[in-house]
Amino acid sequence: MSKYVIIGNSAGAIGCVEGIRSVDKDGEITLIASEPHHTYSRPLISYLLYGKTDEQKMKYRPDSFYKDNKVKKMLGRTVISIDKKSKKVLLSDGREVPYEKLMVATGSVPFVPPMDGLDKVKKKFSFMTLDDAHKLEKAITPQSKVLIVGAGLIGLKCAEGINDKVESITVVDLADRILPSILDSDGSAVVREHIESKGVKFHLSDSVKSFEKNKATLVSGAEIDFDILVLAVGVRPCVSLIADIGGKVNRGIVTDDECRTSIEDIYAAGDCTESHDVSSNSNKVMALLPNAYMQGETAGINMAGGDAAYDNAIPMNAIGFFGLHIITAGTYEGDCYVSREGKSYKKLFYKSNRLKGYIMIGDVKRAGIYTSLIKKRTPLSSIDFDLIKEKPQLMAFSRKSRNEFLAK
Amino acid sequence: MKRIYVDEKWCLGCHLCEYNCAFANSGKDDMSKALKNVKINPRIQIEEKDGISFAVSCRHCEEPLCVKGCITGALSVVDGVIEIDKDKCVGCYTCIMSCPYGAIMPSDDGVVQKCELCLKNSNGKPACVEGCPNRAIIYEEKE
Ligand SMILES: Cc1cc2nc3c(=O)[nH]c(=O)nc-3n(C[C@H](O)[C@H](O)[C@H](O)COP(=O)(O)OP(=O)(O)OC[C@H]3O[C@@H](n4cnc5c(N)ncnc54)[C@H](O)[C@@H]3O)c2cc1C
Ligand code: SF4
Ligand code: SF4
Repeated sequence: MSKYVIIGNSAGAIGCVEGIRSVDKDGEITLIASEPHHTYSRPLISYLLYGKTDEQKMKYRPDSFYKDNKVKKMLGRTVISIDKKSKKVLLSDGREVPYEKLMVATGSVPFVPPMDGLDKVKKKFSFMTLDDAHKLEKAITPQSKVLIVGAGLIGLKCAEGINDKVESITVVDLADRILPSILDSDGSAVVREHIESKGVKFHLSDSVKSFEKNKATLVSGAEIDFDILVLAVGVRPCVSLIADIGGKVNRGIVTDDECRTSIEDIYAAGDCTESHDVSSNSNKVMALLPNAYMQGETAGINMAGGDAAYDNAIPMNAIGFFGLHIITAGTYEGDCYVSREGKSYKKLFYKSNRLKGYIMIGDVKRAGIYTSLIKKRTPLSSIDFDLIKEKPQLMAFSRKSRNEFLAK
Repeated sequence: MKRIYVDEKWCLGCHLCEYNCAFANSGKDDMSKALKNVKINPRIQIEEKDGISFAVSCRHCEEPLCVKGCITGALSVVDGVIEIDKDKCVGCYTCIMSCPYGAIMPSDDGVVQKCELCLKNSNGKPACVEGCPNRAIIYEEKE
């Protein structure tokens, strides 16, 4: 019997392995995942397409990872259900794997809303996995006219990945701005202008009314010819394994600070979960890689009998498009401080003596100092706020805090 | 583990540590050739204002948020030292978003750079410490 069973093989799952091994060097670990590949960095699929990385370099951990950590891997296999009474998972090939402690790090899958005529489109793709990237790469040619539905992170990362390899890219989104979940309208305009300067076209506040084989008609009446369609409208957390057995699920699987689900001996981490955002004091799906890793690690430590809590999570994103960097974090509420200089844009949000959130575009140096103020809920009265507004710097802190940071 | 500690009381604000860092990591063996007419981008950087100055470089944290958040696995802990594999790094700047001290920064070659205690360059031990005229930066084992 495996002491630990992990479902998934991405950031959440790998964090879990490393968390377990920091406490228990030998307890048997079995890792099961549908994707057949060695663990890879999902965000790198766009970098792979434009050649900034390759399949060897995009491995999230070295080739010897499973061996070094004594992990029995079962890749290319899917778990279809959990039997919480007899504590085992059932695979699609009929096999059963018993567990003492179980980790669910199943991530998310693309969400495709019903769209009129979608079945007539022959070449349509998602952009979530290495296999998706390979399929898209095979399909595109220098003559391709690509239509991307969705101007969020995934749609735009896809655009960046293939821009040099196709004739044209058009992006359609219902929102009135690109990257609506992380940028305000001014910041969004800065990034949009930059991406447009690389040739990508946008139709915003608009959506597809109907598809024909090679043409999309938008609600506004605009018609777009295309031969390749990428659907990047949104993602849906994979919660069914837990929902099916009566575990608590909202949008994501509900987890506590120790990364436990509501079911005994079952933990969850990553994009399939919902956890506490300390910047807004509410529960959210925070689908980003650092969170997935740290939740997985926390769960792993607890599964192995250690004691860990992940109690300072916030939404945060570091992302770049065509050389323009963006870092955002926290919640956009309260008063604002804005500064702009050339292509750089910065907005800080503060309320009740705390930094709540920030947007930085262009010059993002030392952004982590801001992130840390949000996570630690540092009272702004304890630092020199004028200096912190000007730029992230340790000079803004008291001599005593600086001493803690640098001399201890 | 031996770490770098900075005491702002002794810092003269002379910026020598920045030059020594840039030279040690330049891969060249002549300081004037390495640094003349070059805008240096050192891994240790001085903050200064109104007579206060101090150097900031990687703390080699026991809970390295940069490593945990790295999207590629380019950052890792090797015997307590936080190392970067520049070949694997794609310059996404997730680590810049994560580091509470602002101690990891864009490099001139499109990825990121950070202090690795000069253990991987030909100096072999921290050049900033060696060259500091007032012992404002020290390299030692505490506790
Ligand atoms: C194009 C793109 C760009 C991105 N860029 C960034 C970025 O720049 N920064 C950032 O922080 N985040 C980014 N993300 C998000 C990031 O990839 C995710 O937050 C992260 O991968 C989440 O890890 P996870 O372990 O929760 O799940 P996932 O990475 O989704 O992995 C889930 C795994 O579980 C397996 N699985 C699911 N169900 C089952 C089952 N029933 N049985 C067996 N196996 C199963 C799947 O095969 C998969 O391997 C990006 C995502 C995409 C798609
Ligand atoms: S780069 Fe920052 S977070 Fe990473 S180890 Fe150094 S000081 Fe800590
Ligand atoms: S910039 Fe490089 S080292 Fe930093 S998180 Fe991204 S890939 Fe990792």
